[in-house]
Amino acid sequence: MSVLLVLEESNGKVKRASWEALAAALRFGPPESVTAVVIGAQTEALAAEAAAKNVGKVIRVEHPLLAQYTADGFSTAIEQLLRNQDATKWVVFAHTYQVRDYAPALACRMGQVLIGDVVGIEDGPVFARQLMQGRLTGSYRHTGSEPCFVSVQTGAFRADSDSRPGGTVAPVQLFSPNLDAAQIRTRPGEPFRGSAQTVDLGSAQRIVSVGRGIKDAANLPMVQELATALGAELAASRPICDNGWLPMERQVGSSGQTVAPKLYLAVGISGAIQHLVGMKGSQCIVAINKDPDAPIFEVADYGIVGDLFEVVPALTEALKAAKQ
Amino acid sequence: MKIIVAIKQVPERDAPVRIAPSANWIEERELQWAMNEPDAYALEEALLLKEKAGGEVIVLSAGPERVGSTIREALAKGADRAIHILCDDLGARDALGVARLLAAAIKPENPDLVLTGLQSEDVGSGQTGVIVAELLGLPHATMILQVETIEPGLKVKRELEEGWFQSIELPTPAVLTMQSGGNKLRYATLMGIKRAKTKELRTVNAADLGVDGASVAMLERISVPKKQKSTQILPGSAREAATALVEKLKTEARVL
Repeated sequence: MSVLLVLEESNGKVKRASWEALAAALRFGPPESVTAVVIGAQTEALAAEAAAKNVGKVIRVEHPLLAQYTADGFSTAIEQLLRNQDATKWVVFAHTYQVRDYAPALACRMGQVLIGDVVGIEDGPVFARQLMQGRLTGSYRHTGSEPCFVSVQTGAFRADSDSRPGGTVAPVQLFSPNLDAAQIRTRPGEPFRGSAQTVDLGSAQRIVSVGRGIKDAANLPMVQELATALGAELAASRPICDNGWLPMERQVGSSGQTVAPKLYLAVGISGAIQHLVGMKGSQCIVAINKDPDAPIFEVADYGIVGDLFEVVPALTEALKAAKQ
Repeated sequence: MKIIVAIKQVPERDAPVRIAPSANWIEERELQWAMNEPDAYALEEALLLKEKAGGEVIVLSAGPERVGSTIREALAKGADRAIHILCDDLGARDALGVARLLAAAIKPENPDLVLTGLQSEDVGSGQTGVIVAELLGLPHATMILQVETIEPGLKVKRELEEGWFQSIELPTPAVLTMQSGGNKLRYATLMGIKRAKTKELRTVNAADLGVDGASVAMLERISVPKKQKSTQILPGSAREAATALVEKLKTEARVL
């Protein structure tokens, strides 16, 4: 029962989400059965970081053409590793943008389908993932041959108790894939920031965030008034920024900022997972939504089910009255 | 440039979704349907590229009869013709099964570019575009906001996590999965709706595409999510609920 855990790098370190994926990988077998894989042109430091974790061994997949991520380079390299290894039963990833970009192609090359964005693993194993923007949960079973490819949602598994006992280190091996520049068809540029960030939502103590329920940009001042009464920053879910009603820098979620204020008040936000990952660490979450089944209520401490056009002004008034 | 846009019809965003008695899919009767939003952005990008450089935009969609209305909408917005893969068991196919259908329909068309949304709003696997590229042996890029034609090929703006972006150059033919928000979506005009009725809409039976429909990842059961927290719902009128909330935030949560 061997498990391959593919780690992802960010600024020279293994991403935190990859350690959450380790917690998921350990559901499939004991630490000895888990092989952690680091990929790049120079992977020594990453491998050392991985070798201190609760894994059986570490494989450095190294090649000069893997210096920068490309879907072609990464899928070819991991495919070669899988075909070179003794039977691998599970291949586990964190469900990051990078994994979404290449893991489906890799799985396809092996005649498989990635069971992606998994939020829970139960006996069977049965994999839980969200459907209908989080309104429903789907239970999936892998019916194909091995290996089975699984990616886990950020925050779904706890990245704790994953250090190797007694301060020992796992053995590290080197794997050099056979890559040729012609196999890599895309030419990626260096990452860049969007517009200059002038709002740091990450340090805000209170945030009032607005979603599709607001219906029109003309209704935003009503929410701004509530934010002012609360002494809160105004933020939004993706569709509001897509429409250009608020600048991108005020977007909370997987493609925007991740926030964890003392108070997060979600107005007319249904709570798709892309939004929830950016705010569910908040200390106190309040949701105002007309739909009692909206997924935002699953993470909210307090909820008001009702028309936001009535609730928001009433709340602004109540806050002003409480201050007097 | 010849562009194929793969679109999916999904339940309308605010439509109440219920679990079907079989418990392995949603109750489809009496649902309202709409074009998957990221696919609408893919269509918009295709129409803009055609307006700039000429060519043809073909919409492709798999699903039962009802999908025809979403295809007509895409034609009304400006697509030139359409292919409907008639398929009554789309929900029972996994991403590989759906991608095999789409790839089989795309292949004989030899397009320069295939666009689709980065994920669907119902199943949300976010894999179909990438697998289509793999099956067709084409390069791909995902979560794309802008597409520019360069000599030779394309330069695209890809979204990364936490507010970062990246430019990628790739040759054509290629497959791109589009993120929402890169452009403003257009509405169909009355003239467009009229014209759509005369445009070619070719129907292909899924069974005639000769692809393997067996699932590797099987959806066994659908359920209502378990609550992560116990939410206190504050009852009463807007004013009563608001007053109660302020009190709770002050004395119970202590965040005011």
